[in-house]
Amino acid sequence: MANAETWDSVPLAPPDSIFKLTAAYKEDTFPQKINLGVGAYRDDDNKPWVLPVVKKVTDMLLHDPALEHEYLPITGLPEFTAAAARLMFGADSPALAEGRVTSVQTISGTGANHLGALFLSKFYGWYEGKEVYLSDPTWVNHFAIFRNVGVEPRTYPYYDANTIGLAFSAFIETLQTAPPRSVFLLHACAHNPTGVDPTREQWSQIADVILAKGHYTFFDCAYQGFASGDLEGDAWAVREFVRRNVPMLVCQSFAKNAGLYGERVGALHVVAPSASAATRVKTQLSVLQRSEISNPPAHGARLMALILNNPELFEEWKRDIRTMAGRIIAMRQELHGLLTDKYKTPGNWDHIVNQIGMFSFTGIRAEQSQALTEKAHIYLTTNGRISMAGLNSHNIEYFAESLDKVVRGQL
Amino acid sequence: MLAAARPLARAIPRHTLRAAGVSTWSNVPAGPPDPILGVTEAFLRDKDPRKINLGVGAYRDENGKPYVLTSVKKAEESLTADKLDKEYLPIAGLPSFTQAAAKLAYGADHQLVQTGSIAVVQSISGTGALRIGGAFLARFYPHSKTIYLPVPSWGNHTPIFRDSGLEVKGYRYFDKSTVGLDFAGMKEDLKNMPEKSIVLLHACAHNPTGVDPTPEQWIEISDIIREKGHFPFFDMAYQGFASGSTVRDAFAVRHFVAAGHEIALSQSFAKNMGLYGERVGAFSLVAADPEQKARIESQLKIVIRPMYSNPPLHGARIAGTILNRPELYAEWEQEVKGMADRIISMRDRLHDNLVRLQTPGEWEHIKRQIGMFSFTGLTQPQTKVLAEKAHIYMTADGRISMAGLNGGNIDYFSESVSKAVKGDL
Repeated sequence: MANAETWDSVPLAPPDSIFKLTAAYKEDTFPQKINLGVGAYRDDDNKPWVLPVVKKVTDMLLHDPALEHEYLPITGLPEFTAAAARLMFGADSPALAEGRVTSVQTISGTGANHLGALFLSKFYGWYEGKEVYLSDPTWVNHFAIFRNVGVEPRTYPYYDANTIGLAFSAFIETLQTAPPRSVFLLHACAHNPTGVDPTREQWSQIADVILAKGHYTFFDCAYQGFASGDLEGDAWAVREFVRRNVPMLVCQSFAKNAGLYGERVGALHVVAPSASAATRVKTQLSVLQRSEISNPPAHGARLMALILNNPELFEEWKRDIRTMAGRIIAMRQELHGLLTDKYKTPGNWDHIVNQIGMFSFTGIRAEQSQALTEKAHIYLTTNGRISMAGLNSHNIEYFAESLDKVVRGQL
Repeated sequence: MLAAARPLARAIPRHTLRAAGVSTWSNVPAGPPDPILGVTEAFLRDKDPRKINLGVGAYRDENGKPYVLTSVKKAEESLTADKLDKEYLPIAGLPSFTQAAAKLAYGADHQLVQTGSIAVVQSISGTGALRIGGAFLARFYPHSKTIYLPVPSWGNHTPIFRDSGLEVKGYRYFDKSTVGLDFAGMKEDLKNMPEKSIVLLHACAHNPTGVDPTPEQWIEISDIIREKGHFPFFDMAYQGFASGSTVRDAFAVRHFVAAGHEIALSQSFAKNMGLYGERVGAFSLVAADPEQKARIESQLKIVIRPMYSNPPLHGARIAGTILNRPELYAEWEQEVKGMADRIISMRDRLHDNLVRLQTPGEWEHIKRQIGMFSFTGLTQPQTKVLAEKAHIYMTADGRISMAGLNGGNIDYFSESVSKAVKGDL
């Protein structure tokens, strides 16, 4: 055997922490076990849910006589990227009308984050070093994404454990004291992992400081429509920032709001100051995309393009979104009711209904999270984050009861 | 919940407008158009009815149309009927697909496949596999950070490996004077490289030349590479598509593995399954044992996760279904042979036409070369005039995709080439 020692020094990388949680859940034989680590929507029977409109367009595509599997252009399926941009910025957005938005199809939200970060690492006018400000906390993969392209993550205060809400003044202060032209990653809606979003007034103040300091905004939008049930409303912060001419890009994912997870459907939109800048940006994004994937995967983008470009299908999609968001919101309300009214669990539980989106930061401590897992067979991350999608009419009572006990120290 | 207040509309100060307008991307230069994909874009803009696209390597049938394989269509119908969910795949991809892909390349009964000593991950087609491999080698290959590519090679190899963090150099491969393999030059360069260099090898149907080593030559190459301790990285984008036989086309890969080399392999299912845009591929690395394979796979996942988290479902399910279902597999093998046979018949016809038209030069190479592409030997000015005067599009290096030729256009093509060579166009 030639060079058997070639790979001797390759270390075993630690598995993804969520993976460990899921694996432990799968092995658990307790009949009432609950998985609250899942980052994918589940229906009331805890099953993955393929949206009815997605099933419909899948059938349409399959029976389309013109069906083929040819390469997409490097920047993706034009019918998809154009419609995705209209969805994000509004069909009547001046930025779109002026040709200032470059849209590139990406491998879902991760791909958009990566491509956006890579583009900035090569072309942004950095003040000193290549740094990005991420919220504390944020989606864990954000750190790896930026480090991977040579951009060092820093954090800005975001979550206030005392209020179980937004650490707004500390957030603003960091915006003000950061070096000029810093890059800030903002969650457009349904903050992951906390579920805590700024109010519109707070968003406006954030934009004030960003403009004053010449910062660049890196929006991550993985839950448009999924947060409140309303696609337009969930895009408010992004559109307000465009209106105010904040330099920015937006990462867009259709994993959750269209349930397309594994099909990897997403887009990166860079909002440039002019149409000619947008054209130049597009050529450079193409070069970066070409040496990594050549061109993006077709199937999911074709499904999404059909949905976005057909008014009836678009309405059906909105209805399916409301089903998902509605069930999540109903679970929030029910959990809040159980804790506040039925069990009268010590503490204020309003954050359960004030937070938004798939995730909720319960506010419990690490040891309480661990107790829930070890004693009650309820799986959640040690930061007290629960996936609301993992709750349903069959298990919410057991969860509320267990949460109540762990808060009282009775588990 | 968000407050349902009316949005607070702020006036936009003029200095802010100016600041936002001037700075951010003023220093971004326009990037160059892609030399290969740019050809199709030029073709699409052309309105002449005689136009022919011989640029990008996508198979076309006898009528110049994209060909959706029947085995693919059946697999897709079966998948839709199964009503599968769309949950995320694992980072390393769909196991039923990756296992089957490894079997296809290495041979199902190979000891390495049986003992689970091949680290394999699903990739974004061939490009993605090369990129994952490049990044992994740049990080973990202990002996070198330079990869040697044959000259010429697929245009995208250089940026892929350079952006992965490797230095890119070349070894002699194509002999312009014979329009064939510069075997002596290749062997000399392999011997002169620093020991334990990373060497990229096209497993079959070399892109862009269509010139492959013979089996005997592969054996010699393998011996030299073993002597020098080099690391072979195979790019196999045309298994089955080159000769019509998946087994024959895997000869080099399987010989190297049998000879004891540890190899890296990039596999694409774009051409041989016609799954181009669905981006179906796999990257694999031969490990010493399952424990080493586990370590390698864990690090491959670290490469993948911050780039795109996990790979796309659809194409992998189709490919996995075909590879794992005997009757679909048999049907697929027939279809691949059908595509390869049509290409071969076009080669024969083109050669015969050019000879009949008394086109100056030797044209045997058209028949000798193998796979989708042929290095015609046309010069850059000749390719330019063919585009401008005859509306025939190919890459500037004179590479043509044989798949773009068919009964309906081959005569026009032959005549135009003949004229271009004679300077009569």
